[in-house]
Amino acid sequence: MQPIIQVKSLSKSFGTFQAVNNLSFTVNEGDVYGFLGQNGAGKSTTIRMLLTLIKPTSGEIKIFGLPLSSHRNEILKNIGAVIEKPDVYKYLSAYDNLKLFARLSGGKFDYQHLMNQLEMVGLAERAKDKVKTYSQGMKQRLGIAIALVHNPKLIILDEPTNGLDPQGIADIRNLILRLSREMNKTIVVSSHLLTEIEQIATKVLIIDKGKKLIEGSASELFDESQTIVEIETLDNDTTLKQLQQSNWKNNLQPKREHALVLKLDRKEIPQLHKDLVAMNAAVISLQPKHSLEDYFLQITSGNQHVDAFTN
Amino acid sequence: MWTLLQIELYKIFRRPRTYIAFVAITALITIVQLGLKVDGKEYAAFVTADLSNSLQVDGKIINGYFVCYILLQLLLVHVPLLIALIAADMISGEANMGTLRLMITKPISRTEFILAKFFAASIYTILLLIWLAILALFLSMLIFGTDDMFLMKNNYAVQIENADIFWRYAGAFGFACLAMITVAALGFFLSQFAENSIGPIVATMSVIIFFTILSTMSIPIFNLIKPYLFTTHMVAWKEFFDVKVNADNETIKGTIQNPGKLINSSLILVAHIILFVSASIYVFKKKDVLS
Repeated sequence: MQPIIQVKSLSKSFGTFQAVNNLSFTVNEGDVYGFLGQNGAGKSTTIRMLLTLIKPTSGEIKIFGLPLSSHRNEILKNIGAVIEKPDVYKYLSAYDNLKLFARLSGGKFDYQHLMNQLEMVGLAERAKDKVKTYSQGMKQRLGIAIALVHNPKLIILDEPTNGLDPQGIADIRNLILRLSREMNKTIVVSSHLLTEIEQIATKVLIIDKGKKLIEGSASELFDESQTIVEIETLDNDTTLKQLQQSNWKNNLQPKREHALVLKLDRKEIPQLHKDLVAMNAAVISLQPKHSLEDYFLQITSGNQHVDAFTN
Repeated sequence: MWTLLQIELYKIFRRPRTYIAFVAITALITIVQLGLKVDGKEYAAFVTADLSNSLQVDGKIINGYFVCYILLQLLLVHVPLLIALIAADMISGEANMGTLRLMITKPISRTEFILAKFFAASIYTILLLIWLAILALFLSMLIFGTDDMFLMKNNYAVQIENADIFWRYAGAFGFACLAMITVAALGFFLSQFAENSIGPIVATMSVIIFFTILSTMSIPIFNLIKPYLFTTHMVAWKEFFDVKVNADNETIKGTIQNPGKLINSSLILVAHIILFVSASIYVFKKKDVLS
């Protein structure tokens, strides 16, 4: 597959603060590329560098095979983006905003095309209402319509579900999947929520403190044979001894503060449950997690001692 | 560039805030015109009080041309605030709304973006002055009629013939446009350093007030920098109403007392505009958009 974005050794400093540190990654054509990291990890700074909002301190960005620094306008013609909050002109209607940004994107689009875009994001009925009367979810959908109006090859969405209710999040997720599957768009989507990325991404990059931690295909990273189970009982020490003497001893992972940890295939969880009952363990909770989720949570909780995924 | 300029103008004139200046100017001019219509004779007596024993003035002192001159003297001090309301909001307002980042991700060069915004602010300024001219000059001519213009200067009086006045106003308004575009350029430049428009608006007015104080104070050390301050030259429109006289002390039609001063002031204002816009382009091209 053809590389759409090639980032090499990208760094950005604000004074003494290193926001992005020697970051390299590649996004291929047709990818839904999940860009994951806690707040302040450097996701937005990286995305802003891809969109020329911020100048890199060092490193190289190529998009569609062209250096961004020298082919800015040519590249941006084929990119649609929503950056954090979808801020538009509140004193204009959705239709007027869409028309305005469509013209800025270099195209002349007729009324029907613009209305089709608004129809796609479910805003056609409110097209003539001023944006100041819109909910956050409607503004977000308008932002996506603006990003798509000129039919770009690459779509960059920075935290597109921020501030949305569950229905709004589901709508955006379905829209991203449609764009990828039906329209074969290449999409970069950033989030600090693993569950969001898990449901849409074909490739995932996790960054923290501006550095790449892990990159891989979603199928590898969300492998169900790498499930982590956290068990909390009334007497963790006794249960631990019982598990050490059972068939589960090889699945045991280093114990955490209030829980015992096992790594196993998701299909083995019912058997584990039965065995715990048989051991008479007073189970308070049994929580299965993807190993990636576990890994991500450890990173985001600031604990860098991680062995669940990398083992 | 043309598309971008059209879009910028569209945005300016779709915002309710834009019309504050037009409403304010209309209200101020109407009040002054009403006051002069009701009590104009008293005002004329006050203006000519020093000369009343030595000079008899025939005709209408309070005529449309004279009223327009009074209005320009009053308003051209305050119009910069109305200009700053829009010009100092051009970048900072977009940053505040969050639309700046969306604009910058579009395939437009930053230089084009800045120039389009500056030209849009300049067109707004020119339209505001055209509105000022319509109300202050044409409406005053309609309400008060026309006659020769009698003006009191510091230590002399000037009388300009009726037929010799209109072109002077055309020149004065043209010059006022240049002066106000300089204010717009300053506000526009300061607009890049903030993410809300209050700061740049206040900063623009502060700079103008500060420079105006320096321009008007007759202290030798300030005299060195006065010629380079744009505020010194903003009032040079009055030069259009200083007329050359012949040996009999009669005004010579179609003349300006000191055209060199007008040209010099125009060039200094143009230089300021170029400086502010160039600095805006330079700063904006280097700017990280973090809003």
